[in-house]
Amino acid sequence: MTALLKTYLRPYWKQLILVMGLLMVQAIANLYLPSLNANIINNGVVRGDTAYIMSTGGFMLVVTLVLGIVSIIGIYWGSKTAMAFGRDVRGAIFTKVQTFSQKEVNHFGAPSLITRNTNDVQQVQMVLVFALNMILSAPIMAVGGIIMALREDVPLSGIIVVVVPVMAVLVGLIISRAVPLFQIMQKRVDRVNQVVREKLSGIRVIRAFVRTEHEAKRFDVANHDLTNTALTVNRIFALLMPALTLILYTSTVAVLWFGGVRVSSGAMPIGNLTAFLTYIMQILLAVMMATIMFVLVPRAAVSAGRVQEVLETEPSVNDPQEPAAASDLHGFVEFRDVEFRYPGAEEPVLHHISFTSGPGETTAIIGSTGSGKTTLVNLVPRLYDATGGTILVDGVDIRDMRRDDLWQKIGFVPQRAFLFSGTIASNLRYGDEEANDDRLWHALDVAQGREFVDELEEGLDYPIAQGGTNVSGGQRQRLAIARALVKRPEVYVFDDSFSALDFTTDSKLRAALKKEITDATTIVVAQRVSSIMHADRIIVLEHGTVVGMGTHDELMETSPTYREIVFSQMSEEEAA
Amino acid sequence: MSDSKNTAPAPARPPMAGGPGGGRPGGGGGMFGGGRHGMAPVAKAKDFTGSAKRLAGTLRPEMVKIVVVMLLAVVSVAFAVAGPKVMSNATNVLFQGVIGKALPKGATTAQVIAGLNAKGDVASKDLAAMIRTMNVTPGVGADFALFGKELLLLGALYALSALFLWGQGYIMVGVAQRTVYEMRKHVDEKLSRLPLRYYDDHPRGDILSRVTNDIDNIANSLQQSATQLITAVFTIVGVLLMMFIISPLLAAISVLVIPLALLSTVQIAKRSQKQFALQWEQTGDLNGHVEEMHTGHSIVKIFGRQKEAIEVFDERNAKLYDSSFKAQFISGIIQPVMNFLGNLNYVGIAVIGGVKVATGTMTLGDVLAFIQYSRQFTQPITQTASIANVLQSAVASAERVFELLDEPEEQPDTATPLTLAEPQGHVTFEHVDFSYDPASPLIEDMSLDARPGQTVAIVGPTGAGKTTLVNLLMRFYEIDAGRITVDGIDTRDLTRDDLRRTFGMVLQDAWLFSGTIRDNIAYGIDDVSEERLLEASRAAYVDHFVRTLTDGYDTMLDDDASNVSQGEKQLLTIARAFLADPEILILDEATSSVDTRTEVLIQKAMRRLMKNRTSFVIAHRLSTIRDADIILVMNHGRIVEQGTHEELLEAKGFYYDLYHSQFVESFDEVSDRLDAAV
Repeated sequence: MTALLKTYLRPYWKQLILVMGLLMVQAIANLYLPSLNANIINNGVVRGDTAYIMSTGGFMLVVTLVLGIVSIIGIYWGSKTAMAFGRDVRGAIFTKVQTFSQKEVNHFGAPSLITRNTNDVQQVQMVLVFALNMILSAPIMAVGGIIMALREDVPLSGIIVVVVPVMAVLVGLIISRAVPLFQIMQKRVDRVNQVVREKLSGIRVIRAFVRTEHEAKRFDVANHDLTNTALTVNRIFALLMPALTLILYTSTVAVLWFGGVRVSSGAMPIGNLTAFLTYIMQILLAVMMATIMFVLVPRAAVSAGRVQEVLETEPSVNDPQEPAAASDLHGFVEFRDVEFRYPGAEEPVLHHISFTSGPGETTAIIGSTGSGKTTLVNLVPRLYDATGGTILVDGVDIRDMRRDDLWQKIGFVPQRAFLFSGTIASNLRYGDEEANDDRLWHALDVAQGREFVDELEEGLDYPIAQGGTNVSGGQRQRLAIARALVKRPEVYVFDDSFSALDFTTDSKLRAALKKEITDATTIVVAQRVSSIMHADRIIVLEHGTVVGMGTHDELMETSPTYREIVFSQMSEEEAA
Repeated sequence: MSDSKNTAPAPARPPMAGGPGGGRPGGGGGMFGGGRHGMAPVAKAKDFTGSAKRLAGTLRPEMVKIVVVMLLAVVSVAFAVAGPKVMSNATNVLFQGVIGKALPKGATTAQVIAGLNAKGDVASKDLAAMIRTMNVTPGVGADFALFGKELLLLGALYALSALFLWGQGYIMVGVAQRTVYEMRKHVDEKLSRLPLRYYDDHPRGDILSRVTNDIDNIANSLQQSATQLITAVFTIVGVLLMMFIISPLLAAISVLVIPLALLSTVQIAKRSQKQFALQWEQTGDLNGHVEEMHTGHSIVKIFGRQKEAIEVFDERNAKLYDSSFKAQFISGIIQPVMNFLGNLNYVGIAVIGGVKVATGTMTLGDVLAFIQYSRQFTQPITQTASIANVLQSAVASAERVFELLDEPEEQPDTATPLTLAEPQGHVTFEHVDFSYDPASPLIEDMSLDARPGQTVAIVGPTGAGKTTLVNLLMRFYEIDAGRITVDGIDTRDLTRDDLRRTFGMVLQDAWLFSGTIRDNIAYGIDDVSEERLLEASRAAYVDHFVRTLTDGYDTMLDDDASNVSQGEKQLLTIARAFLADPEILILDEATSSVDTRTEVLIQKAMRRLMKNRTSFVIAHRLSTIRDADIILVMNHGRIVEQGTHEELLEAKGFYYDLYHSQFVESFDEVSDRLDAAV
């Protein structure tokens, strides 16, 4: 936490000093006011000196006004600084994540990165806001309050020694008991959410299986658990305010009693009693804030640690120092004895992978789940770096190319089509902002997407919701393919991109792609044999190695694994 | 049925944004309760009074408790308010002692006064006037017995006030939680009575957020804000009352501050609300962007869009900074302003009160008490203003919940249902008309006769047809005309539950809930014997892979069931159907993302399941289609053709084209080659 604060508050050190100074002034003014009160009573009211009351009162007003102005300026700069800190940290994380390769992203997981970029920063920022606006003044108030109380009357200050620990322990006890329960309650809330979510997504199944009652019971259990925990937590919290007031009131009575004795014996003027009461309130308030801080800071520190972890991670894939010169070749991909293993893994995911694919050619990769197909295609755009061997695009080692140049050459269609919020057009133009509508329509034609886009009232301007949830899986897939086509890359990578399509669309799409892609090379990962049997080169992967390579006919002859795959998909047809 | 398991998440709620809106340490109150105020933008209710009344109506079962809470609040506030007055009495006793001690012992009060007046200067005359009103015995100090008694009373009052405050909070927590528990329960029950149409027409995230976020909002508002509001209002009334009793003149001066305080609070709150709403919205915008960019990280990179991603981020980040800073700052102004007003009031009281004490028209203790009251006065005003906002949003939430509760329900089951004693699985459609939207009829005059054990294949390029079929067979939707029968009985003459028990459903987007594999397979029935469970699992080829899992049948399936592959999930739903042993099946053949070996298992298991059962199959495989007794050809969700494979080929219609484009090219070719290869 300290490291994070140090780094990202440094640019604002002037503001920080200003805020600290202002808080100091506030604290002093706040401490000064009660003694003015005391003076008004001792010298004015008791003696019946109206003139004195007027003049001191006037002065007091001036002090109050100054205090008001100072605190407004303080809040201004305090808020500004805390929010700027949050903004800068968010920005730093976001920019950092942009430099990450898939390896780092997977290490954290996208959801975790999102939380770190948003919630965690917010947590730290909240404590900072709190601190800059008031907590920092707590020590000053506490110490100042004690000094002032001592000045008013030393023996009476003994009360502070008793009351402060009682207060700290009580507040600490309540909060430390409630906080873990709050976490449990959050889990219970999540559980209720989960049950409802499942109910909503499975509504047809639930009704089809006549399980409505069962589901109602499940919900009731979750609802009950939540209610019970909420009851416990909130009952504990309901204790907090009465307990605090009780302590404040008890100390008031104590001050009055012991103070009364002192006043009566003439050891202390009566006005000091009121001042003393105010000081003790201020001290207790400061203690309370400090206690809250003790609860807040550790939680924020956890968030800060999570943020720091992201900021300290260095990307494993970087641009070369001196990029190699561009070659004259276009549309070539070559793997030379490529190996890939995850860090720390004993077995490589891929090994001894070699092949070349040229312009107009299609290289298909087939194999069972977990055979390394997706990993293989992810190496081409350097989402990961191969741990052995070389990958060349257009004859140049991809590690010697600037990544922007490499990516410029690749059109990638991932397994799970991912669309961005915006419109259909903005998604299609993702790889080339200059593309005109004709090119978009052409790409849609090839991707078999024209028909459904045509049917939409807004056409290309049809809005896409975040995650593309407002179009079907097949439509999402076709838009992702069209997006890659608009880019006009030299290398197409389709990672099992046809699976969400029905057979008709699949075959039409493949025919159109074949016509369209003439000077680029295509790498396709597939599950269905029918999708890839016309490929120029089929690579059969098993456990990360090539167990067969060739055309469909060749492989039917030579590769038992390939035959097995084909039979598994076609034998039922034979049985027909 | 939806195409993915991704439930739309509830509208992104920005996490705890901003800070303690009205929760600055104004005398120790509102630290926790006040913290959340002013953060959420205040959603306006459409019919505020109506919804507020109805919300109040839901509290009726708790009426007795609420009355008790009110009484406790009154007592607690009354005691707290009485405190300063008792304190003033104590101070007076003390003060009299101080004065008395200073006077010469033995002299009478009258002598002292006369002596002072004789001095002739103004101060002495004032002092004389003051002493005249006091119960001073010259030369005698404070009466500590009396002082102690007063303090004891004070302590008792305060202790009781705190006790009642606690009691009030404690009971109110129960009231709020029980009310909200019932509300959740009602909503859940409502969900089971809503027609499927409602679910198809409303985003899941929206329904979810009504059940969870809105109800949570109501709970928090009820238990925190409501008690605070009650206390605040009573305090204002009580304090005002005491102030007027002590000194009408001073009270009048203090009351002058109220409009000032209210005006400034409302003005500032209005402005900060606007910024908080902006902050809320912009947090959502920014988080949305972060979510999108981090999730689509590789696409952003490969399409070379990092620069733009960062640009958009920076822009939104700057906006968020601006609004959150302003929200924080503006809401932070309230406290200093209130402090200033409070001190202004204080000086006024001190000056006038001082004069009054000096002239003997008021005791010192009363002035001190008055000062205490005026201090207690501004805070509840600020609180009331901010709580008003919170309650407003609670009513808006309640309204959204009520809207859901008011949705029209499913047509009830017939009052005199027939029963299927021994279902055979004979399904007919007789002149059925159906449409989701009357403007575009989907099915017109459809008739179909599926005899027990027959297979009906549904074929077509789009997926929309299968949902319709499920909807009609299971009576999720009502048909517009004609009738659907099972074993000759109109499905509307059966209870929905009875009807649905005769059906089994195995869909590709397999629906599993979080729980063990055992619970998921046994979903159709309670009390399943281990033997039957294993039998069904073996029949569905589930047994083998389940045994490879460390916990076997007790393996927990998590939210996305990521520990089990897509194909295995479908096998689990087949096992579920085996166990339920229905007469009629609705099946969905696997097309995608299932690895080849699992696909073979699914195919075999399905064949086995379909044996001797009437089956409606969403078919992708040529063999299934060719073997079917009836083929329904669907396009754009409509049934366009119906017949056997041979009949349809002969008709040379849509099926003919489909068959040739889809299967002949790829599959026949493969089959030929396979023949050659084998």
